[in-house]
Amino acid sequence: MNFFRQLTEKPWLPDKNGAIGMRDNNVSDTAHARVGLKMFLIVVGVLFFLLTVSYAGRMVYEDWRPVPQPWLMWQNTAMLMLASAGLHWAQSAMRRDEWNQVKMGLIGAGAFTIGFIVGQLLAWQQLVDKGVFELTNPAVALFILITGLHGLHMLGGLVAWGRTADKVWQRDKFELNKVRQSIDNCTLYWHFLLAVWLVLFGLLFSGNDNMGILLTICGFK
Amino acid sequence: MSDITQDDVGYVAPAENAEQDLYHPKSWITKYVFCQDAKVIAIQYASTAIAIGLVALVLSWLMRLQLGFPDSFSFIEPEDYYQFITAHGMIMVVYLLTALFLGGFGNYMIPLMVGARDMAFPYVNMVSYWVYLTAVFVLIASFFVPGGPTGAGWTLYPPQAILSGTPGSDGGIILMLVSLALFIVGFTMGGLNYVVTVLQSRTRGMTLMRMPLTIWGIFVATVLALLAFPALFVGAIMMLLDKILGTSFFMPNIVELGEHLSYGGGSPILFQHLFWFFGHPEVYIVALPAFGIVSDLIAVHSRRHIFGYRMMVWAIVIIGALSFVVWAHHMYVSGMNPYFGFFFATTTLIIAIPTALKVYNWTLTLWKGNIRLNTPMLFAIGFIVTFLNGGITGLFLGNVAIDVPLSDTMFVVAHFHMVMGVAPMLVVFGAIYHWFPLITGKMYSETLGKFHFWVTFLGAYLIYFPMHYLGFVGVPRRYFELGDTQIFTESVGQLNAFISIMTFIVGFAQIVFFYNMFRSYAAGKKSEMNPWGAASLEWQTPEMPPGHGNWGKSLPLVYRWAYDYGVPGATHDFVPQNMAPKDVPMEKKARKSTRSRKA
Repeated sequence: MNFFRQLTEKPWLPDKNGAIGMRDNNVSDTAHARVGLKMFLIVVGVLFFLLTVSYAGRMVYEDWRPVPQPWLMWQNTAMLMLASAGLHWAQSAMRRDEWNQVKMGLIGAGAFTIGFIVGQLLAWQQLVDKGVFELTNPAVALFILITGLHGLHMLGGLVAWGRTADKVWQRDKFELNKVRQSIDNCTLYWHFLLAVWLVLFGLLFSGNDNMGILLTICGFK
Repeated sequence: MSDITQDDVGYVAPAENAEQDLYHPKSWITKYVFCQDAKVIAIQYASTAIAIGLVALVLSWLMRLQLGFPDSFSFIEPEDYYQFITAHGMIMVVYLLTALFLGGFGNYMIPLMVGARDMAFPYVNMVSYWVYLTAVFVLIASFFVPGGPTGAGWTLYPPQAILSGTPGSDGGIILMLVSLALFIVGFTMGGLNYVVTVLQSRTRGMTLMRMPLTIWGIFVATVLALLAFPALFVGAIMMLLDKILGTSFFMPNIVELGEHLSYGGGSPILFQHLFWFFGHPEVYIVALPAFGIVSDLIAVHSRRHIFGYRMMVWAIVIIGALSFVVWAHHMYVSGMNPYFGFFFATTTLIIAIPTALKVYNWTLTLWKGNIRLNTPMLFAIGFIVTFLNGGITGLFLGNVAIDVPLSDTMFVVAHFHMVMGVAPMLVVFGAIYHWFPLITGKMYSETLGKFHFWVTFLGAYLIYFPMHYLGFVGVPRRYFELGDTQIFTESVGQLNAFISIMTFIVGFAQIVFFYNMFRSYAAGKKSEMNPWGAASLEWQTPEMPPGHGNWGKSLPLVYRWAYDYGVPGATHDFVPQNMAPKDVPMEKKARKSTRSRKA
């Protein structure tokens, strides 16, 4: 609650200590990046929250036509979890200074992420194969939109992953601190997008109508 | 108010601050075009915003020509009229005011007022501007596609926004939505920069509660924008897909010209919720920076510390938070559940409390102040009066029972123009006059500035006060012409003509502003350093205008808040934020009493 403590300061009272007691400004660029990333993730969180609310808001109408969820979604979810675990492994190996394991973790994370994205495209194909790929059905359109936007965020993550991998493989050319920060930031990004996906999957796309149950409990349906 | 202590314990030598790796431009292009210096980016943002704002001004004239003198201008067709109002509204709210306050003032003022060398991410900051410029060009391009720009009204409500009966329902609406999406992407880049810079790059001693209210206003507005713009982004993308791919996010089963369209199952109300979840915070995205800036203008030009600084900060934060739970007061007539209406009416009225608190505090700051009625101060006082007027009509419209008959009348138009058109623009002008010497190193003409103020201020009232009356008698908004409607007396037409004439007078008076600015920049008197005697940090730079990196060799060290005016015992009537207690010149008497206290 440091932020709120700061907001209760009385700046008009004399500060006998001059500039002592104020924040130390030894803040590096890497810390900027970390704060910037956290702020960005909040924006991303709001985006997916609004999409989820839109989905729920549309579900309560009587003409809602649910579509069978592709079974591939379960496999894709496992892929994303493995990708996130790969980065987590890379991060802990980095803290132990075991750079070979860092590389393996990064490779694993990248491969599983690509697997996730390809899997999502195949899931779309499954909808086509089932003959339910009807864009005028809001359930289908929202499925495509939400999974598409999430996939785009993962693609964007892969760009950062590529830059991180470059730093790791050529780490003698970069400050070690920056390499570490890149891995930390990538890990945070993957964990966050995994968490977002788990909520989306759990509520909307697992085929269990969990969102419907939630809406019923809340009295909206 | 801070009392000055002469104790020697106060001084601490500036620490070795972590210096930012600044990008140093190597060519004209990287210095003035693809520049990463926040000050240049600010001027780029401001110039672009004002330029596109002038387009919107001309569009408003064209509208007023039609409303004031119907059947007189054959080149204005009903379709054109709707395109004018749509583009005018969208440009003024998003592309002018949001970009000017956050991209313009935010970029210039944040690093200077918090004592930073530049924004936290200068490169991203630069890209942010170029994405914004692209968004503006895409918007302009919509004027040149077949069918012209969209005429769906600035709220872009579906289903009519993408049905063929609406002007610009082909390329126009697509480009509008693409432009909005680009704007949001660009803004997010800039917004992250502003927030991180405020949180991370403040110089030593610049605690959160020592920041000037300008920074608080811009900071909280940026947070609001970062949280609210995703709603517009989602809405724009969904509508784009409805238009291009034929999805039915917002498009219900609908028959057009006897033909049953392939759409089905979409919810137009969902768009309204998304739009206003963005739209209402947008009011405060514009208003909060204005609140902050006007607080600083009033303090500096009345030589008094801002009254109730801490309350002012909290009010900004609370207004920002409340702005997310009032959105549906824009939708009372959409058929919503009356209990929702009650909820949103209540939250709307609650938001008046912190807002009124700010107005009281501005007034109390002026009370017994050494008021200098120069141009920035006139605009600041003009803002308080105008915001109060616009706010009070907002209390009417916030109530469901009063809003229902007034909805979609000119009363609403008058209300929102007062509160988020005229009022923020008065702050923009006041702020430009106030910081003109800092930005250019020159002084503007006070005479022309005051002339500009009086014509703009009085003219705006002559435009919008009668418009409230038109709304009361039931004149609807968004009507191309009233025709021979029996319920409207002849005076309605006369008043409309009068309003139109006033818009031309006020609009042309802005030439005086531009003349003053350009002439003063080219041949104006050189301004002295810190001409207003301001205590805040942006005026304490070693050179004026501030150079690349802002602060010369070392970053400033901050000892106090930004409002040390009229400090008892001090020789001057202000003490800069970066002046150490031991360096403050004291009158002899005060110095003696300090010594005797020590003894």
